[in-house]
Amino acid sequence: MNGWQQHLAILPIALPLILGAIMVALDEHRWRLKAAMGLASILAMLAAAAALAVQAHAGGAASLQVYRLGNWPASFGIVLMVDRLSALLLLVTALLGLAALLYALAHWQRMGAHFHALLQFQLMGLNGAFLTGDLFNLFVFFEVLLAASYGLALHGSGVARVKAGLHYISMNLAASLLFLIGVSMIYGVAGTLNMADLAARLPRMPAADRPLLEAGAAILGVAFLVKAAMWPLGFWLMPTYAAASPPAAAIFSMMSKVGVYAVLRLVLLLFGPETGESAGFGNTWLMAGGVVTIVFGAISVLGTQDLPRLAGGCVLISSGTLLAAVGAGQIAVTGGALFYLTSSALAIGALFLLIELLDRGRDLGADVLAVTLEAFGDGDDEEEQQGDDGIGVPIPMTMAALATCFLCCALVLAGLPPLSGFIAKFAMLDGILNPAGLGKGPALVTPGGWALLIALILSGFATLLAMTRAGIRNLWADLDRAVPRVGAVEIAPVLLLIFVCIGMTVAAGPVMRYMQATAASLHTPQDYVRQVVGRPR
Amino acid sequence: MELVLALAIGILGGSGVWLLMRPRTFQLIIGLSLLSYAVNLFIFSMGRFPVGAAPILEPGGKGDPASFADPLPQSLVLTAIVIGFATTALFLVVMLAARGFTGGDHVDGRPPR
Repeated sequence: MNGWQQHLAILPIALPLILGAIMVALDEHRWRLKAAMGLASILAMLAAAAALAVQAHAGGAASLQVYRLGNWPASFGIVLMVDRLSALLLLVTALLGLAALLYALAHWQRMGAHFHALLQFQLMGLNGAFLTGDLFNLFVFFEVLLAASYGLALHGSGVARVKAGLHYISMNLAASLLFLIGVSMIYGVAGTLNMADLAARLPRMPAADRPLLEAGAAILGVAFLVKAAMWPLGFWLMPTYAAASPPAAAIFSMMSKVGVYAVLRLVLLLFGPETGESAGFGNTWLMAGGVVTIVFGAISVLGTQDLPRLAGGCVLISSGTLLAAVGAGQIAVTGGALFYLTSSALAIGALFLLIELLDRGRDLGADVLAVTLEAFGDGDDEEEQQGDDGIGVPIPMTMAALATCFLCCALVLAGLPPLSGFIAKFAMLDGILNPAGLGKGPALVTPGGWALLIALILSGFATLLAMTRAGIRNLWADLDRAVPRVGAVEIAPVLLLIFVCIGMTVAAGPVMRYMQATAASLHTPQDYVRQVVGRPR
Repeated sequence: MELVLALAIGILGGSGVWLLMRPRTFQLIIGLSLLSYAVNLFIFSMGRFPVGAAPILEPGGKGDPASFADPLPQSLVLTAIVIGFATTALFLVVMLAARGFTGGDHVDGRPPR
């Protein structure tokens, strides 16, 4: 590896930073130029992420690229590191960013100031959080992505957004303070903030220091779990995501995965099986919290009439599933969870974009009417009296396309065959039931494993019910509604995300091998530690 | 010295958490500011603070490296202050917008009846 390839790792951070800064200075009238710059930046990010993923996967079992900023050795300087997990998440982020940008081109980019600059900073924060190798820079990138997300959440303004934004911002500011307390406690005990160095020092840590370190890690974990919206820390999520403009909500579906990523990375790095006395720290909490979050999410999707809130509930279910899967602490489950993370992030992003298109044809009173109909059990008679008028009415082409997209999202999120959600859930269930692999040794399923298994299946059922009900109400029941006017540039990003999900289904073999290799290297962090710490130049 | 610092962190943190639970946005932002002061002092204290020792060089000598305060937490505090300042300013803007939209300064838009 030499020349420009060596510097590929910094591109996903530097490019959006520079372009975003230029965009802030440009006048709002130059939105065409801004859009072109944003598109170029995201396409470059996509290419870089794909190249990094190919590099990481080709590098064998312990493939890791360490990028030393300023070429200082790891414990003093700042490092970025690219392994399979980072490369995968960069790729998903770039895909969602592309979809959000394309969708915003139709009209959302001109609904408020600085959409393109904020999107670039958001992507920079996300990419940085996935790439950084030390805790304090993780904090910095978290703040970058949060600051950009405050702007994006309020994009388009309006009472609902500002009210939800107020809760969202105060919640996340408080969580950032917890983040700082956790980071400084860990530094005070261990004397380093580099994740790999920390993992190297942890097994040799005296027993007297351990409680303090574990307390620091727990406080840090709470900050991540607020971001990942674990119950009871995640009540901010549904109003905020439901109120946000669709392109912002689509990119936010990746933002809640950042918390999951941080938990996954740190739990396996610091409290993996070979770290001495602290091994398995926090796993029980993650498992329990994850399962409760799944239940809460399932109740939320069943209890709402509102499509954006339904999508918010899906984010909760997805977060809960991932956290519980991390808590399970098995390679096979983690591999399935990574597959799930990718497909659910893409499908939820597509769903958020789709919802606005579906809502476009509805009159404003329709939602209130729907609630009233449900509450009083009214309306059935009327429909019957209308007789067979509905039969034989052709569904307009636009509605058919939207309905197909909605169906695909529902299938992925509920985890039904034939799409990628099913493969992901199947892989996780398989990992829970056969920890040692199929037919090898007795299957010892832990109580937590059973709880996760039941929660997974029931949440899939709840999602299916809720999505079916929403689909019938929005697509079938209201035959004389106006057909929404949908531009090609608006349906294209939805199709893009859904096609990636379909692609993941068709190429499930290679993708799953990538995920399993990622999980295997995450569960054996020794190589990672050795490469970051022990290779001075 | 330790006692003074610990009390300062405790009082700031306690007041901050109390104000954070209050229903008015003004109380909220003051609470967050107090909490961030407490956190900044906490980070600072993680670098140890030798009392009465020379910063780096002692008169006529090199000084003892073991008695130096760790400079890294101090730089972390600087970063945290800058970020905290920026986010507080941003939050203030959102609060003013909320005040304009809802006509009140209650965190939920209007007080529950």
